[in-house]
Amino acid sequence: MKTPAKQKIAFAILFLCTVIVVLPVLFILAVVIKNGWPAINWEFLTTMPRNNMKAGGIYPAIMGTIYLVSLSTLFSLPIGLFAAIYLNEYAKENMLTRLIRLAIVNLAGVSSVVYGLFGLALFVTFLKFGVSILSGALTLAIMNLPVIITASVEALASVPYSFREVSRSLGASRWQTIRHSVLPFAIPGILTGAILSLARAAGETAPILFTVAAFYLPNLPHSIFDQAMALPYHLYIISTQVPGISQQMRYGTALVLVGIVFSMNIFAVIIRSRFRKKKKW
Amino acid sequence: MVNPIHPAPARRGGVHGLPEIIVNKVIIKELNIWFGKTQALKNLNLAIFRNEILGVIGPANSGKTSFLRQLNRLNDLESNCKAIGKVLLDAQDIQSINPEILRKRVGMIFALPQALPISIYDNIAYGPRMHGIKDRKRLDAIVEEALNASFLWEEVKDRLLESATKLSGGQQQRLCISRTLALGPEVILFDEPCSGLDPISTAKVEESMLKLKEKCTIILVTNNTKQAARVSDRTAFFLMGELIEIDTTEKIFTAPSDKRTEGYILGKFG
Repeated sequence: MKTPAKQKIAFAILFLCTVIVVLPVLFILAVVIKNGWPAINWEFLTTMPRNNMKAGGIYPAIMGTIYLVSLSTLFSLPIGLFAAIYLNEYAKENMLTRLIRLAIVNLAGVSSVVYGLFGLALFVTFLKFGVSILSGALTLAIMNLPVIITASVEALASVPYSFREVSRSLGASRWQTIRHSVLPFAIPGILTGAILSLARAAGETAPILFTVAAFYLPNLPHSIFDQAMALPYHLYIISTQVPGISQQMRYGTALVLVGIVFSMNIFAVIIRSRFRKKKKW
Repeated sequence: MVNPIHPAPARRGGVHGLPEIIVNKVIIKELNIWFGKTQALKNLNLAIFRNEILGVIGPANSGKTSFLRQLNRLNDLESNCKAIGKVLLDAQDIQSINPEILRKRVGMIFALPQALPISIYDNIAYGPRMHGIKDRKRLDAIVEEALNASFLWEEVKDRLLESATKLSGGQQQRLCISRTLALGPEVILFDEPCSGLDPISTAKVEESMLKLKEKCTIILVTNNTKQAARVSDRTAFFLMGELIEIDTTEKIFTAPSDKRTEGYILGKFG
């Protein structure tokens, strides 16, 4: 066989694999949009569920997800960022830091239902936060930490070493160097990682199952110590626990959830691409 | 290869009846540097005169850069670097000087122009700001003076707020010189500053070095022996971490006392 022909076949196989990766995404989107779109209207998005959740809207579930995601960001972003700064800028390469890195990699691989059980044991029971937004947000935050730390470490490490060297050679201290010559150039990468991890948090069911999610609440939560409804859990119960709910409503809920996650991801991609255009080193 | 315009200054201390401390800006005593298990510099003894340009030549891995980076304690940033011996700046051991203050007094220009991807103005003002100068008028004055000293002011005065990365390589290197000058250094270390520059930019950098000599002491590490011949007052030849020979540039380039120096200058190795 001639080389060009071999090459063509190889490219065709590679292309085929790429298409296979993309197809499920398109298919999921198509099904969810086709079945869910008719359900989407102002009432669906902004009113409480009625008639045993068979009618009305999903407003409390949307708000619950927004509360959870924002509160968990508040916990996980600063902690993750500072841990990443320590690991990448300060920590010496020794047994302890290697252990920490190993722990972070392993944390990222723990299945989300284990985080749920952990949150139940630590926040709900031991710290007596009860089944509440606080417990759920903290559980999601812990689940997100490894992702945020890994993304932040990568973003910090992608800032050229020479920037640090130049800054130090001009008499800047270690912290001044990080603050003025490293962080500003790492922020977009850190933000991208953070948003992607939050998008994942928004879609997770298992961690919130035991720590925050309510089957049905007649009112919106009043404080972070209240339970809340959340989109993924709501979707789960209306799909499996409550009989007689229209397919349209289920797919409508799925569409809202996918929409939120997708728009967060797209936002992250936009930040990243704008950053790449500005990047000049 | 003799440099007729810039003759060597007085020889070793005491010639004019002055005490060593006035003649010598930097004194290096028995300096040894290791990176891990590799010894980069072996038992270096050297005195650097006030307001001279000392050229340091030698093939790769001869310890030139390790020597240079020891003088402002930039080697401290490398975790596997170990140094024994003394470096005295104005008779004061540099280990007893706060490194941030030391680096303000002993500035450094790197081989590749390392302009930070911020504005020209912010690049120059970076050092002074880190040392607590916030007053805008004072910073403006420092920036203008520093840019003038590297002959860059006329070229960039209308676009100080543009990104420094838009400048050409030669302009960026002169920007880096200005950035170091903004701190008012007493000693400037040049680490192969023209290795990536075209001949015209090189000439401009050399011109600013000759002007800076009036105020500062300059140590120029270079791979380009001709550059050492053009600008330096004295030249030191390093080989495998050892100082082989140091003398007036004229002597080194016309009648070196060591065969190895002659061999290197004539391009027989390195």
